[in-house]
Amino acid sequence: MKRVKSLLISWEALLAILLLISIVIGSVVSPYFLSGFNFNALTSNIMEIAIMALPMTLIIIAGEIDLSVASTLGLASVVLGLLWESGHPMWLAIGVALLVGLVAGSLNGLLVTKLALPSLVITIGTLALYRGLAYVVLGDQAVSDFPTSFTNLGFGSIPGTEIPWSGLIFAILVVIFVVALHFSRLGRQLYAMGNNKEAARFSGINVGRVKLMLFMLSGVIAALAGVIFTARFSSARPDNALGFELYVVTVVLLGGVNIFGGRGSLLGVVLAIFIVAILQNVLSLVNISGDIQSLAIGLLLILSVLGPNIAQRIQVIITRRRLAAGSSKQV
Amino acid sequence: MTTASQEVKRAKQRSQVSQARLLGLVNRVRELGLLVVLLLIILIVGVQAPRFLSIDNFEQILLSVAILAIVAVGETLVVLTRNVDLSVGSMVGITAFVTAYFFKQLPGINLLLGILLGCALGLVLGMVNGLIVSLGRVPAIVATLGTLYVYRGLVFIIAANTTSQVNASDVPTGYLALATTQIFGIPALILIAAVIAVIVGYFLHASHTGRQLYAVGSNPEAANMIGIRRDWLVFTAFAASGLLCGLAGVLWGARFATVDATAATGLELQVIAAVVVGGVNIFGGSGTILGVLLGAIVLGTLQNGLNILNISQFWLQAMYGAAIIVAVVLDAFITRWLRRTILSRRKKA
Repeated sequence: MKRVKSLLISWEALLAILLLISIVIGSVVSPYFLSGFNFNALTSNIMEIAIMALPMTLIIIAGEIDLSVASTLGLASVVLGLLWESGHPMWLAIGVALLVGLVAGSLNGLLVTKLALPSLVITIGTLALYRGLAYVVLGDQAVSDFPTSFTNLGFGSIPGTEIPWSGLIFAILVVIFVVALHFSRLGRQLYAMGNNKEAARFSGINVGRVKLMLFMLSGVIAALAGVIFTARFSSARPDNALGFELYVVTVVLLGGVNIFGGRGSLLGVVLAIFIVAILQNVLSLVNISGDIQSLAIGLLLILSVLGPNIAQRIQVIITRRRLAAGSSKQV
Repeated sequence: MTTASQEVKRAKQRSQVSQARLLGLVNRVRELGLLVVLLLIILIVGVQAPRFLSIDNFEQILLSVAILAIVAVGETLVVLTRNVDLSVGSMVGITAFVTAYFFKQLPGINLLLGILLGCALGLVLGMVNGLIVSLGRVPAIVATLGTLYVYRGLVFIIAANTTSQVNASDVPTGYLALATTQIFGIPALILIAAVIAVIVGYFLHASHTGRQLYAVGSNPEAANMIGIRRDWLVFTAFAASGLLCGLAGVLWGARFATVDATAATGLELQVIAAVVVGGVNIFGGSGTILGVLLGAIVLGTLQNGLNILNISQFWLQAMYGAAIIVAVVLDAFITRWLRRTILSRRKKA
C-alpha cells in the first residue's frame, strides 16, 4: 500500500516536472507564449475539456467510463441554439440545455446500473445517438447570433485579469470535486467501488445509485461545457466538440487515474489538463493543424498507459535479476 | 468427502453445459430475430415505396454493405476476444488514401501490387494495435481510441505532403473496375465480401485457433490455464482486423473513386453497430459471422429504406447509436429469459 502511494506521489511529481518542461519549451518556441493574452487563450481553449474531465475522473475511479460526453456537449449546444433562435430567453435556453444533459446522463446511468451493461459499449452507443440527435435537431445549420452578454462568458475574462470566466467556473468545480473525492465518504466509496465492486456492495454501498448519480453529473457537466463552448465560438453547431472524448480521457489517464478504477487523484488530472493545454497551444503556435494535434494527443493517451506499464515491467525484471544475483551469491 | 466433491464437479459440469447451450440458443434466437426484423423493414418500406423491392435495389443494398461487412468481420474477431477495435475507420481511411495515391503516381503498375500494398499497410497498423494491447497491456479501448486519432492524423500528414484529394480521373480504370466488375452477373465487391465471410466463418467454426478465440473471450483465465496463448491470439485478432481494414480500404478507394484525408471517418460506429446488432456478445466468447452479416444487412437495408422514404440522412447516426443500445439491451433480456426458462425446466425434471 505504501509503495502504491509513493508511486502515485512520484507520478504527480513527474507531471509537475513535465508541466515545467512544457512551459520552458513553449517560451523557447514562441516569444508570445508567456504573454497574458496567450495564457488567456490557452486556458479558455481547454476549459470545456477540463470541466468534463472532473466527473470523468470520478467515473473512471469508480470503474466505469463515459465516452458520450462530447456528443452530449454537442446536443446541449444545438438545443441551446435552437431555443435562442426561436425567441426564448437565454436563461431558459441554458436551463433546458442543462436539462438535456441531465436526461442524457440519466439514460447512460440507468442502462449501466439497472441492466448491468458495460458502460464502454453503452456510451459508444450514446456517443453515436446523442451526436446523431444533434444533427437531427439542427441539420447542417448553425445558430450564431448570440447576445454579447452571453458570448462574454466564452470570450471575456474576469475584469483586471487574464483569467477567462470559464476558468473561474472550472476553479469552483475543482474545489467541489476535490472535496467530494478526497475529503468525503462519497470519495472513499468511489475508490472502494473501483477496487472491488462486490466488496463495496457487501460493505453497504449502494453501488447502483452512486454510479447513476455519477453519470447524471457527467451529463449535466457536459451540457455546461456545451454552454461554454457555444459562448466561446458564438456558434451552436451539431458537430461542436466532435472527438473531444479523446482529450477528456487523455487528461484523466495522463493524470495518473487507473483505467481499471480504484486509483488516481484530481491533482494529477489538473496538472495533466495544463500539460495538454500547453501542448495544444505550442502546436498551434508553430502552425500545426488540429487533425495533426489530435495525433499527438492520441500518442499521449497511449503513452500515458503504456509508459507506466513498461516501467513496471522493467522494475520487475530488475528485481528478479537482483534476487537471482543474491541467491547465486548465497550458493 | 469424495461424493461431495464429485457432486460439486457434476454440478459445475452441468452449469458449464447449460452455459454453452444458453449461448447457442441466444445465437439462434438472435439470428431468427434479425431475419424477422429484416422482413419487417422490407415489408414496411416496400408497401410505401414499391421500387424498394426491385432486384436492382437489393443489389444496391448489398453493394453498400459489402465494405462495411468486411470490416465488421475483422471487428468480430477482436470483439470475440473481449476487446474492441475503435481504429477501424482510420485504418480504412489511411489505406484507401495511400492505395489511391499509389495508383495515381504509378498508373501503369500491376493491380495486384497496389492491392497487396493496401492490405500490407492495414496489416501493419493492426499489428501495432495488437502489440500495444497484448504486449503493452494497454486496454483495447484506450489503445484503439489513441490509434484512431494517430492513424487519422497520419492520413492528414500524408495528404498535406502529397495531394489533398485523389480523383477518379487520376487513377487507372483497372483499379476502379475492382468495384464495378461483375462475375456471373454478381458485382465483384459483393463476391469478395461473401468469400471473406465464408473463409473467416469456416475458420472460426472449424479451426483450432478459431475455437481458441471463443475460449479466450468467454473465460480468459481458464483459457490461459489450459495452455491457450492468449496474448498471441489477441495480437492475431487485431492483426486480422487491420488486414481486413486494409482490403476494405483498397475497395473503398475503388468504389468511391474520390478519396481525401477524411475518408471513412466515423466508420467505427457503423461497424460496431453491425457487430453488436449481429449478436456478437460484447463480453466476448459468443457470436457468429452469419449473425454479423445479417446485422450489417439489416443496417444497410434500414439506411436504404430511409433514403427511399426521403427521410433525412441526419437520422442515420442516431439510428446507429440506437441500434447499438437496443441490441445490447435486448441481448441482456434474451439471455436472462433463456436462463430462467432453462432453469425452471430443469427444476421440473
